[in-house]
Amino acid sequence: MTELSAELSKKLSEAVDKMPAFPKSVQRVLELSRNMNCPPKELVSVIEKDPVMTLKLLRILNSAYYSFPKQITSVNQSVIYLGLNTIKNMALSFAVVGVLPKKNAAGFDMQRYLLHSLTTASLARTLCQKFGDDDTDPGDCYIAGLLHDFGKVMFAQHMPDEFREAMNYSADNSVPLHHAEQKIIGVDHTVAGAMLVEKWQFQKSLSDTIRHLHDGTLADSTMQNCLFVADQISKYKTAGEGDIVIVPELPDKIAERFGGNLDDIIAQLGDLSKVMEEARSFAHIGKEAIK
Amino acid sequence: MKIKFWGVRGSIPSPGPNTQRYGGNTTCIEVRTDDNTLIILDGGTGIFPLAQTLLKELPINAHIFNTHSHWDHIQGLPFFIPIFIPGNQIQLYGAFDPISGAGPERIMLIQMQYSYFPVREAEMQSSIVYQTVMPHEQVKIGASTITPTLLSHPVVNFGYRIDCNGKSVFFTGDHEPHYNIYELGDDGYDEYQTMVDEQRQSIVDAIRGVDVLIADSSYTIGEYPSKKGWGHGTFDSCIELARAAGAKILYCTHHEPTRSDDDLEKVFAEALARHPYDKSVLDIRLAREGEEIVI
Repeated sequence: MTELSAELSKKLSEAVDKMPAFPKSVQRVLELSRNMNCPPKELVSVIEKDPVMTLKLLRILNSAYYSFPKQITSVNQSVIYLGLNTIKNMALSFAVVGVLPKKNAAGFDMQRYLLHSLTTASLARTLCQKFGDDDTDPGDCYIAGLLHDFGKVMFAQHMPDEFREAMNYSADNSVPLHHAEQKIIGVDHTVAGAMLVEKWQFQKSLSDTIRHLHDGTLADSTMQNCLFVADQISKYKTAGEGDIVIVPELPDKIAERFGGNLDDIIAQLGDLSKVMEEARSFAHIGKEAIK
Repeated sequence: MKIKFWGVRGSIPSPGPNTQRYGGNTTCIEVRTDDNTLIILDGGTGIFPLAQTLLKELPINAHIFNTHSHWDHIQGLPFFIPIFIPGNQIQLYGAFDPISGAGPERIMLIQMQYSYFPVREAEMQSSIVYQTVMPHEQVKIGASTITPTLLSHPVVNFGYRIDCNGKSVFFTGDHEPHYNIYELGDDGYDEYQTMVDEQRQSIVDAIRGVDVLIADSSYTIGEYPSKKGWGHGTFDSCIELARAAGAKILYCTHHEPTRSDDDLEKVFAEALARHPYDKSVLDIRLAREGEEIVI
């Protein structure tokens, strides 16, 4: 697996500080923070849907300044430890950085990215709750889903020319995006995403899961399995009009664990409309875009 | 170990005829350990009268532990006269603030800005050292060990436990017992409740077996529902905490600024009546400015 150069790694990790969050969370945090009696669970629900806010928040909480007895991997945990008001003010400080633009120089569709990440996060959590047979925390699977494609946002914001070229290469040659990224940028978005969560002392299982999402080397990890399946279901469910969706055959071990192919798993998960609707409303995407 | 209360009022100084018996200064507690190490818990306005007494023993070496950076716990610091006198050594300990990205140095820098105070932080003549402390990471001073514990307040708040030669005291600073932000039946309720229970237990463990627990008992249980989330405890929550941790003496402090001495004694007596207690197991007292105990 190719690694990021020290220079690129530094550039991307510094860039997160200046990175604006998504429009809906910025708007909601500004609204909620005007209310002295802001309902805590509403604030949590907003922050945990935004990959940028979540990453920034957990990064600070897991810094050496608090040396918490365990890794903080959820927004709820951060409220327990530091209190609602502190988390509210942290969210506000993220909100005032600005709003991620709808259009970026790379031509990367941020709304669709957010829809996919949120759907994957919810599905990964549900899959873990339903099929987890060890002590893997469903909340950790949610975070893995929320952040698994964060490397793409970093590429789009900070290496737009190379990323656009990789996206074009992927489309023109019908190869997966991560292959195109490896060819054009030298590393793919999973490595960039994993590097960020690793650098900020998130648990190793999270960075490993993101790093190895596409190479299948963590075959026995519950988190990796849940993320992999969630990613596939999410791609299938959030494909836009005209997108060609190829439902992949799942590796045997995964199919066995989750009791069948993708359609079988979807059937076992029951009604996903609430998950999809929540993600859609947060990502600001019209209903027609959802299957 | 000697413990003396120099300020027991919460929120804002409240001098006047109605608060004469318990005092109107905001939080400040002096602790002298067996080797006469001077530890000061918070620099509310009570630190000013304390400073007067210290002028007799210059030069001093003072270790000031700040529970959190709200005004009533820092307001006296620029008036802590020894900071202006060369030869004194002052250590100010406190938490890292995730919003400003700064440690306790900011407490002085902000208060001593030109618009708010005539002397700048840089002009203090004593030797002052700022130390950012972390939860569970012990600070050793002479024979004493000070252990910070993260509690629950609208800003990062550390409770401090001081242990010295088998004697111990824990001061909460401001603390509201953790509660579930979800309603029973909500998706996240059970998961959050598990975290609440863990956190409450870890606080009890941090306080376990102390000789003296000094705790934030701002409200009565009748007042609490309208103040939920403001970051303060009740007389009842403090008694329950002291019992769970096996503390020997509980001092209720952070008295409401509008509460007169008579009212304070009345609501305290009502709380005690709800929690019959055996003085030989747990003694429960109201913190009073000027009171000193030796343990």
